[in-house]
Amino acid sequence: MKITINGQPFEAANQATLVIVLEEFAAKEPYAVALNGDFIPRNNCSSTALKEGDSIELLSPIQGG
Amino acid sequence: MSDSFSIYGEQITSRLLIGSALYPSPAIMAESIIASGAEVVTVSLRRQQSAAAGDDFWQLIKDTGLKILPNTAGCHSVKEAVTLAQMCREVFSTDWIKLELIGDEYNLQPDPFALLEATKILMDDGFKVLPYCTDDLVLCQRLADIGCEVLMPWGAPIGTGKGLLNQYNLKTIRERLPELTLIVDAGLGLPSHACQALELGYDAVLLNSAIAGAGCPVTMSHAFKAAVDAGRFAYKAKAMPEKEVAAPSTPTMGMPFWHQT
Repeated sequence: MKITINGQPFEAANQATLVIVLEEFAAKEPYAVALNGDFIPRNNCSSTALKEGDSIELLSPIQGG
Repeated sequence: MSDSFSIYGEQITSRLLIGSALYPSPAIMAESIIASGAEVVTVSLRRQQSAAAGDDFWQLIKDTGLKILPNTAGCHSVKEAVTLAQMCREVFSTDWIKLELIGDEYNLQPDPFALLEATKILMDDGFKVLPYCTDDLVLCQRLADIGCEVLMPWGAPIGTGKGLLNQYNLKTIRERLPELTLIVDAGLGLPSHACQALELGYDAVLLNSAIAGAGCPVTMSHAFKAAVDAGRFAYKAKAMPEKEVAAPSTPTMGMPFWHQT
């Protein structure tokens, strides 16, 4: 199924959970995740099923003022 | 300086909070932050890049050992800001959040209505919110009413370096909300601007561009460190009353060459 990660298209297996897709994407620590605009705590990533068209935001520390 | 101020019960001695962006290099960033004497440094979250570009930065920040104040810079809606704050809390392991909610793209002015709404949501969710707000007394009162112990009114629009554009407003907020921790955030360009904020009784300043954008950021860090100390000493010393008429400082008694007419 087609989803997006950080605005870019990503092909994920049907029935994939969030934690599996993050592994396939090689997400690097530290990070936090939002799915369709909602924060998903890391503890919930393994139980969060994805569906076609989902939008994942994968964020990491950066400089800030 | 031996006195301190409180950020939601945590005692902070340095009255300069510093940003981590816009420095010429990561090394200069680290050196500038250390030179500033700051105990709090601001950071943010952005989309993870495939390259390990952010690794060095984050390690350098962790190495400083400073308290982390994440921000929600760039957010334009309550939903975006709340979600980003929740993500920050998980990544940075802190319930502090510098809440930025932009209402106008031209001058990056905070949206006071959305800011109040997002602050309420986050406070109810256990966050310790440090709202970046305009210098509007009523907005500051409303933020205090919903539990904010720290407010961060702007001196001028972000990155302009214009200093304290409305000292009357800032002074009024200080006088009317004496129990709150008040930090001037944004718009400072010179150490004298920081000194003025502290002279007005503000507890601290938060700045980034004024140091990072200086010709020599490390030296400018030293300058701002001295300026906030000077401003704080001046506030505690209580300035002389301003007068409209000149008054000689040298005694007139015994003035030579004087003749009674």
